[in-house]
Amino acid sequence: MLRADAVVAGWDKPATSPVDFSLQAGEIVGLTGPNGVGKSTLLAAFAGRARVFSGHLDLRPGLRLALQTQEVPPVDGLPLSGRELLALTDASPDGLPPWLAERLDIRLDRLSGGQRHYLALWAVLHAPADLVLLDEPTNNLDAAGVRHLTAHLHERAREGCGIVVVSHDAAFVAAACDRCVVLEARDDQ
Amino acid sequence: MISDLFLIPFLTGLGLAVLLPLLGCYLRLRDEWLAALAYSHVAAAGALLALVGGLPPALGGIAAAGLAGTGKRLFAARLAGGAAYALLLVGGLPPALGGIAAAGLAGTGKRLFAARLAGGAAYALLLLGGWAVSVLMAANQPMAERLGHALFDGQLYFSGSDQLWLVALGVPAALLVLRWLSAHLLLAHTYPDFFRIRGLRAWPTQIGFDLLAALALAVATMSLGVMGAFALVFIPPWLAFRRAGNWRSGLLWSLAIGITAYLGAFALALWLDQPFGPILAILLVALGLIVA
Repeated sequence: MLRADAVVAGWDKPATSPVDFSLQAGEIVGLTGPNGVGKSTLLAAFAGRARVFSGHLDLRPGLRLALQTQEVPPVDGLPLSGRELLALTDASPDGLPPWLAERLDIRLDRLSGGQRHYLALWAVLHAPADLVLLDEPTNNLDAAGVRHLTAHLHERAREGCGIVVVSHDAAFVAAACDRCVVLEARDDQ
Repeated sequence: MISDLFLIPFLTGLGLAVLLPLLGCYLRLRDEWLAALAYSHVAAAGALLALVGGLPPALGGIAAAGLAGTGKRLFAARLAGGAAYALLLVGGLPPALGGIAAAGLAGTGKRLFAARLAGGAAYALLLLGGWAVSVLMAANQPMAERLGHALFDGQLYFSGSDQLWLVALGVPAALLVLRWLSAHLLLAHTYPDFFRIRGLRAWPTQIGFDLLAALALAVATMSLGVMGAFALVFIPPWLAFRRAGNWRSGLLWSLAIGITAYLGAFALALWLDQPFGPILAILLVALGLIVA
C-alpha cells in the first residue's frame, strides 16, 4: 500500500537521507534512528504534509490515512469528553482498557497526562483508515499502557490495516513491529 | 410585555439570546472571542456610514455580496482594513444591512490576511477601526450621532418588525449552519493534521464560520448594542466551559445562562426604564463573578 524509493523528505529543505521503504496491508513497520534524522518528517511526507525533494513515493490510490503526531490535542479549558473526542474521528471505544473505558465520560482536561494521551492516540488508531501513521505513540504511557498498545496494534494489523510506527523505544518496536527500518543521518549533519 | 410594543423587541432579543451563547462556544473553542467585539464595532461603523449614504441600497448590497462571495485578496484586504466603509457609504445601504454587510466582509477579509496578522491582531485592528469610524461619524453627522448612541447603548426596545423578521429567518438558518460546522470545527481544533489528511478542506469551515459569526454579530449589534451582543457571546460560554462535563452540556449550559440573563435583563431594564445593553451586561458580569 505504500512504497518509497530513495525518498528525501523535508519541510523547507531536505531533512532526511534517501530512504527506501515499503509497507503491505496488515504489516507493522517501525521507523527508528537517532534524534534529528527526520523520522517524524518522513512520516509527515507519507501523510502528504511534508515535501518530497527527490525519489518516488507511491501510495495506493484511495488509501484512507490516519496520522498521530506528537502534539497533544489542545483541550485545556474545553468541556470535551473522551467519548466526544472518539466520535470526532469515528473511532470506536470497544477494546479500550478498563482503566480508560470507565473514564470516557470525563472531560479530557480532568484526566491524567497518560490517560489523555492514550485516548488521543486511540482516536487516531481506531479511526476508519487503511494506513495508520504513529509518531512516538508510547510517550507518556506507563508499562500497562505500552503492553495494551502493543497488543492492540497487532489486532489492528490483523484487520488488514498497515501501520508505520516512529519510536525511540527499542523494546516497544521489537515487540510491536514486524520489521524495522533504521534511518541514518544525512551526510551534511 | 404582552403588548405588541414590547413583543417584537422581546422576540427579537430572544432569538439572539439563543444564537449568541452557542456561537460564543465555538468562538471560545477557537480562542477567537475577541472577534465578537471586533465584528460588533465594524457592524456599528458600517451601519453609521450606510445611514449617511443616500444611494440605492441595491448597489451596495450587490457589491457587498459579490465581494464577500469571491473574497478577492485585494478587495477583501481593503474592505477589512477600512475601505469597506467607503464602499458602503457610496452604496447607501440601510443601517442594518450596511452593518451586516460590513461585518460579513470583515469576516471573510480577516481570514485572507490572517497569516499576516496572527495572534488576534486582525480582530484588534477591526475593533479599533470600527470604533474610530463610528465615533468620527457620530461626531460629524447628526443622524449618525443618534444611531450611534442607540448602537452603543443597546436599545433593544426600539427594534422593529424588520429586525424581527431578520432574526426569525436568520437565527434558525444560523443554528443549522452551526450544527453542520460543529464537528468540523471541533476536529480541526483537536486534530488539525488528521483533518487535513482526510481531505477535508479547511477554508470552507473557516470562512463559513467567520462569515456566520460576523453576520450574527452584526444583526445582534443592531438590536442588543455592541456590548450587549459581546456580553452574550463571551460570558455564557466562559461560565459554561468551567462547569460543563462535556461539549453537549457546555452548549446547553451556555444556552441556559444566556436565555436566563436575557429574560432578567429585559424585565429589569423595562422596570427601571434603562437602556437594555448595560443592564444585560451588568447581570451577566454579576453572574460571572458569583459563579467564578
